[in-house]
Amino acid sequence: MQNVNKHFGDLHVLKNINLSIDKGEVVVLIGPSGSGKSTLCRTINRLETFETGTITIDGRTLPDEGKELANLRADVGMVFQSFNLFAHKTILENITLGPIKVRKTPKAEAEKKAMELLKRVGVEAQAQKYPAQLSGGQQQRVAIARSLAMNPKVMLFDEPTSALDPEMVNEVLDVMVGLAKDGMTMIVVTHEMGFARKAADRVVFLSDGEIVESNTPNEFFSNPTSTRAKDFLSKILTH
Amino acid sequence: MGEILARYDFVGAFWLTIQLSFWSALGALMIGTVLAVLRVSPVPVLRLLGTAYVNLIRNTPLTLLMVSSILGLSLILGLRLSNDVKTDAFLWAIVMLSVYHAAFVCEALRSGVNTIPAGQAEAARAIGLTFNQSLTEVLLPQAFRGSIAPLGSTLIALIKNSTVASVIGVSEAAGLMATIVENETGGVPVFFVFALGFVVLTLPLGVLFTSLSRRLAVKR
Repeated sequence: MQNVNKHFGDLHVLKNINLSIDKGEVVVLIGPSGSGKSTLCRTINRLETFETGTITIDGRTLPDEGKELANLRADVGMVFQSFNLFAHKTILENITLGPIKVRKTPKAEAEKKAMELLKRVGVEAQAQKYPAQLSGGQQQRVAIARSLAMNPKVMLFDEPTSALDPEMVNEVLDVMVGLAKDGMTMIVVTHEMGFARKAADRVVFLSDGEIVESNTPNEFFSNPTSTRAKDFLSKILTH
Repeated sequence: MGEILARYDFVGAFWLTIQLSFWSALGALMIGTVLAVLRVSPVPVLRLLGTAYVNLIRNTPLTLLMVSSILGLSLILGLRLSNDVKTDAFLWAIVMLSVYHAAFVCEALRSGVNTIPAGQAEAARAIGLTFNQSLTEVLLPQAFRGSIAPLGSTLIALIKNSTVASVIGVSEAAGLMATIVENETGGVPVFFVFALGFVVLTLPLGVLFTSLSRRLAVKR
């Protein structure tokens, strides 16, 4: 990402963001609420537009609209805070929709792969159910499987555990840690500092729409350099 | 009463009402869906087009549309849909009923679209579906399921509004009723028989749509 700027009306939410992420790298975005971390995450597949700057994914510049953008989004997995599983489709259909419609995979093959993915995230028994019949943690794991079904080059996680009951957070984090170990390129917006310590290669700290600090988790948590980061950490790590 | 009805084609008139309603409902559903797509599209010009249609047609009396079709379009401009006068009137009635109720179908569907959380469209785009695919795979199926109840009301209104077709000489149920009341004695019983006929047509539909809306509702 180069010099990305975004405004919501008068509010300058992303200020000259420059960020480069290597293949296989796991980057955790943290920062106080309203710092722009979710917005940054969503601009990467252009669910949020931006005014200036460029975003390049695997050598391809993010196009403005249309089919080309759809093609690029297919390569970028996204997991939302509120899961956003398609409410009128079964779990299995949720996962096969993208491969069948976008990748033109034959149905039988897509279903076979979907079942493997469901098994990997531990919800294969629920394949014929509808999203509303599953717990939050199960739904989020299905959402991860739905992204994986597209063989994404990079995956974005926008606060994937924030809407979950505490006892379900770990089942989702375990899946994510597994992905990180398998070498998936991941950008994760989260408040789970445990995950950042355990799985992240780099922690990027945002405040007021700017990248304030970017460091390894160890360095960041033990020796934050900026006062804003120190202030933020002192607030969340006292409990 | 029985002998009066026996002299007229009571069943035939209601059969015409059913045909009129069926084809108009189909037409209204198709035009209405296109309009709803226009009204939720990201292109401002298309949205404006959809809004203009709905506001214009919805606020025009159906009788006026009906009369202007046969007098204006068919007789003056010569846009005959059939050389047979009766068939021409029947086809124009279907067109105008479709055009008119499409505005209501559009609004019912749009309210259905508005019940869908924004995240559904975002998730559809995020897995790489194009705008058209998001619409047909994710948004419209949920919109239809969410708007079954108002669509049912629109269908019932359409069946009753099909009586307006009698003003351009389509001899559906209301047209026949007017003829019988004109020629025979016992206007009140005749009226009740025809009213009952419409109740028989619409009441089961109402029950059906209520149960459908409950069964097909998208659980969130």
